[in-house]
Amino acid sequence: MTRYFTDEHEWIDVDGAQATVGITDYAQGQLGDIVFVELPAIGATVTKGGEAAVVESVKAASDVYAPVSGTVTAANDALGDDPALVNSAPEADGWFFKLTLADAGELEGLMDAAAYQAFVAAL
Amino acid sequence: MRYLPLTPSDRVEMLAKVGAGSIDDLFIDVPDVAQHEGPIAGLPLHASEMAVERHMTKLSRQNLSAAEVPFFLGAGAYRHHVPASVDHLIQRGEFLTAYTPYQPEIAQGTLQMLFEFQTQVARLFGCDVANASMYDGSTACWEAISMARRVTKKARAVLSNGLHPHYVSVAQTMARFTGDALVSDVPDLSAEADTDRVIAAIDDKTSCVVVQYPDILGRIPDLRPIADAAHAKGALLIAVVTEPVALGLIRSPGELGADIVVGEGQSLGVGLQFGGPYLGLFACKEKFVRQMPGRLCGETVDAEGKRGFVLTLSTREQHIRREKATSNICTNSGLCALAFNIHLTLLGGGGLAKLAKLNHARAIAAATRLAQVPGVRLINSNFFNEFTLELPKEARPVIRLLADREILGGVSLGRLYPGNDQLGQGLVVAVTETVSDEDIEAFAAALQEVLA
Amino acid sequence: MTTINQSGWRPEMGERCSDNVSTFTGNRALMLEEPLLFEIGRIDATGVDLPDTDMDDNRLGGLMRASPVDLPGLSEPETVRHYTRLSRQNYAIDLGLFPLGSCTMKHNPRLNEKMARLPGFADLHPLQPVQTTQGALAVIHELAEWLKTLTGMAAVAMSPKAGAHGELCGLLAIRAAHDAAGSDRSVILVPESAHGTNPATAAFCGYKVENIPATAEGRVDLAALMTRLGPDVAGVMITNPNTCGLFERDMKKISDAVHNAGGYVYCDGANFNAIVGRVRPGDLGIDAMHINLHKTFSTPHGGGGPGSGPVVLSAALAPFAPLPFVEKQGDHFVLIEEETAEDHHAETFGRMVAFHGQMGMFTRALTYILSHGADGLRQVAEDAVLNANYVLRSLDDVLVAPFGASGPCMHEALFSDDGFAEGFSTIDLAKGLIDEGYHPMTVYFPLVVHGAMLMEPTETESKAALDQYIGAVRSLAERARVGDPALKAAPIFAPRRRLDETLAARKPVLNWQPPVDAMAAE
Repeated sequence: MTRYFTDEHEWIDVDGAQATVGITDYAQGQLGDIVFVELPAIGATVTKGGEAAVVESVKAASDVYAPVSGTVTAANDALGDDPALVNSAPEADGWFFKLTLADAGELEGLMDAAAYQAFVAAL
Repeated sequence: MRYLPLTPSDRVEMLAKVGAGSIDDLFIDVPDVAQHEGPIAGLPLHASEMAVERHMTKLSRQNLSAAEVPFFLGAGAYRHHVPASVDHLIQRGEFLTAYTPYQPEIAQGTLQMLFEFQTQVARLFGCDVANASMYDGSTACWEAISMARRVTKKARAVLSNGLHPHYVSVAQTMARFTGDALVSDVPDLSAEADTDRVIAAIDDKTSCVVVQYPDILGRIPDLRPIADAAHAKGALLIAVVTEPVALGLIRSPGELGADIVVGEGQSLGVGLQFGGPYLGLFACKEKFVRQMPGRLCGETVDAEGKRGFVLTLSTREQHIRREKATSNICTNSGLCALAFNIHLTLLGGGGLAKLAKLNHARAIAAATRLAQVPGVRLINSNFFNEFTLELPKEARPVIRLLADREILGGVSLGRLYPGNDQLGQGLVVAVTETVSDEDIEAFAAALQEVLA
Repeated sequence: MTTINQSGWRPEMGERCSDNVSTFTGNRALMLEEPLLFEIGRIDATGVDLPDTDMDDNRLGGLMRASPVDLPGLSEPETVRHYTRLSRQNYAIDLGLFPLGSCTMKHNPRLNEKMARLPGFADLHPLQPVQTTQGALAVIHELAEWLKTLTGMAAVAMSPKAGAHGELCGLLAIRAAHDAAGSDRSVILVPESAHGTNPATAAFCGYKVENIPATAEGRVDLAALMTRLGPDVAGVMITNPNTCGLFERDMKKISDAVHNAGGYVYCDGANFNAIVGRVRPGDLGIDAMHINLHKTFSTPHGGGGPGSGPVVLSAALAPFAPLPFVEKQGDHFVLIEEETAEDHHAETFGRMVAFHGQMGMFTRALTYILSHGADGLRQVAEDAVLNANYVLRSLDDVLVAPFGASGPCMHEALFSDDGFAEGFSTIDLAKGLIDEGYHPMTVYFPLVVHGAMLMEPTETESKAALDQYIGAVRSLAERARVGDPALKAAPIFAPRRRLDETLAARKPVLNWQPPVDAMAAE
């Protein structure tokens, strides 16, 4: 399994054609207390760079973009009852949705952990 | 000027502090083309309190106010007795001159009131949640249609022909720009509402069905079969209540299956006011709350653990979402919500039931008496405090002749549906607790005279 | 001399005690806790005397309810106390300075309230025959004439219910004008410092919203705007005076450029108070502008509405104005509604509200306008601008004024939280102001300034009131700059301490539910 990062602060774990998406620890820190997450419907198709989910803090609503194109296969229902998971475990239990990759070639150009760390450090 | 505290010497001192030679120096960024020497031409100068009061009072006397004469108008605005304490309390400066409660620590009065108001509206409408109010019933109705589109991701709304024609017009204005398809029709003078027609019009593309309860002609449609038909096609039922006092006596729309209930709250506490400001009511099922428009007040705790209230779920709103907001609304109708809240508190559930019964009884008495006027036919088989008469001639001139006799005898369907010949003889008559036996008798006698 | 009470008994002063003494009731003398209506009301309690009515005969179509709605009631004395106690937990312009930028919290004259309650205005049905409402129509007409003359515009739509509703009216008129010309322009340009309602409204009308950048001095970047104008641009929405508190000195050039490119200019009139009676927006090439009667013309804010947002329109947009409106024909006033419109107002974009707009606000606004007259209104703008500049120049040594060098401000002064100690922000200064007895300024708006603090004193404040406020802000600014930890705890004297908004949003409780133990007992 390989983890990639985007410059919009999403992470994506890829295992063959299956992938899991969430937002990074840096992103949750910027947003503050998360109060609600709007997740895509299962079966929805998302396009790389397109809006896939919305994450809300008390005073802000932010779009979460699909790191790659694909079809949504699962959404993290636990966030409905406990959106704070995004704050406490953004890169584990606070995942957003899973998808089937449409084009693995789209992973090219995403960052690895070290590159993302450097990217954040430069912000 | 009595409202301006700065004295000439204050101004001199303050101009010196800011480094300006004269007040004109503070307006140097205004282009020359828009600079005016002295007051704008063609307008009167300031006036004393006494002079202004005289002018306004004179204008007010050029109107025939409802209390002066037998009064039977409704059609979306109803005259009820408002207890004296309502107006006293809403004039307390801490309510009247407060702003939107953006700083909750010093706005708990307004916030707690809104929380109470939301609870009252939810219970009255038989819904899980209500918002902190909207502009009026007509705009709330459009917002509900718009919300149904967001919830169902469909954009075809079926409107009952008993929906207030002005509400239909408002929705049509908006739909022209948003691309929603509206299926609407004008009513006919039949005893029953158009339930069958509405059910037949629902298809898989329908986002919502909008039914007024009681409707514009005063008829009370049973919402249950419509709710079932809508839900079977994945559409929402929106019920519109323009006379909330009716709900003291008839079952709530939520109980009958409505998903969203909107209404005009003017009947309680607000008064007629020639059409505004009024009070938009908006309630729905809990599962739709994040698609709701307008402000919401919620309970929380403060740093010491004490209960308190805040505006919440504000990420739905324009100041956060900007072009992605659920609505562009930025104001509610706070002071009218307070008046509604106080009036309903004074009534209580028991008082509201009594008031509703009294209205219904007065309306039955009036309908019975007016139907005895030769040539006049009562359309409705059922009604609350408003019903429709068919006159033997066009109703609009009749209303004017009645007004000449100092009787305000209802709303002609010709005014509501201009150019529709079939409805021209229809007259919508509202009868509240403010109508006396003498008023009914005077109306019947004058009507007979005018029709003769 | 010692003050002696009437009994001749000299009160013992007692030990000086700590602040955290608790009371049996939770009250603290005049600071009274008030339960919710649902905790003190009873369904059979009432403050209205009504007769019992026999319901043997009903015509309710089988839909009569089985039992009363579950709504608690209170007697009149209980009701008066409940709401009086609640009212005392609110800050209000009647209590003190309320420098909420962009909101124009000015004094609400009580003559306005008295006039709006005259039965000839308040007790009038919107659908009465017009022969019985000539005085009310005269009020609408007279106010409309004032608004047109004060703005130098051709027409005014009176029915919009609030500022945002007025924006909608203006944008719908622009859209209707383009539609009538067969043009399908799709873009509205909005400066990045705009009120959130601007992009929300444009999007609602089906337009794509594009931002225009601001210059370093806080004004619209004219060059960037000119570059972006083109055949796809339907119009621009500009706030003038803008949300940074500055007059858009290129306004006429902007209007001319937009007009030359075939677009229309919408002006957000939220800040009209700075220029009322001195500058006519019509002279600057504006095509549509809403006027918040609850800001510039002193109708009360009422804890969040009702507002009222008439929209003045240029001759180009006037034909598309919404229904209904009032017209004077000879010495008679008529109401142009759906049927009459066909004759000579066929291009209207339709109806926006059920009736004629916020009549109760019209009577108040007209009363205010007549009281001031053209000379008094000009003085209003001048005093509002002078007060704001006085605040700006009295604080710009302790707070950073990002556009302090951009010339005089209009009726509001803008500061940032630059220079505050690590961990201290605008919110801390704002909450500190609460303890000093003020309503905070507008915070974190406009978005283009970090930790924005937008202060609008309005013309209502005396110099003495401003001096005290300035003193309070200065002291708080010093505390924020050195990082006084006590400031993080503010407010400590308000009816409530800082409230947990995260909890409220995560687990929304939007209405009262009976306590769980009470439900279990039933």
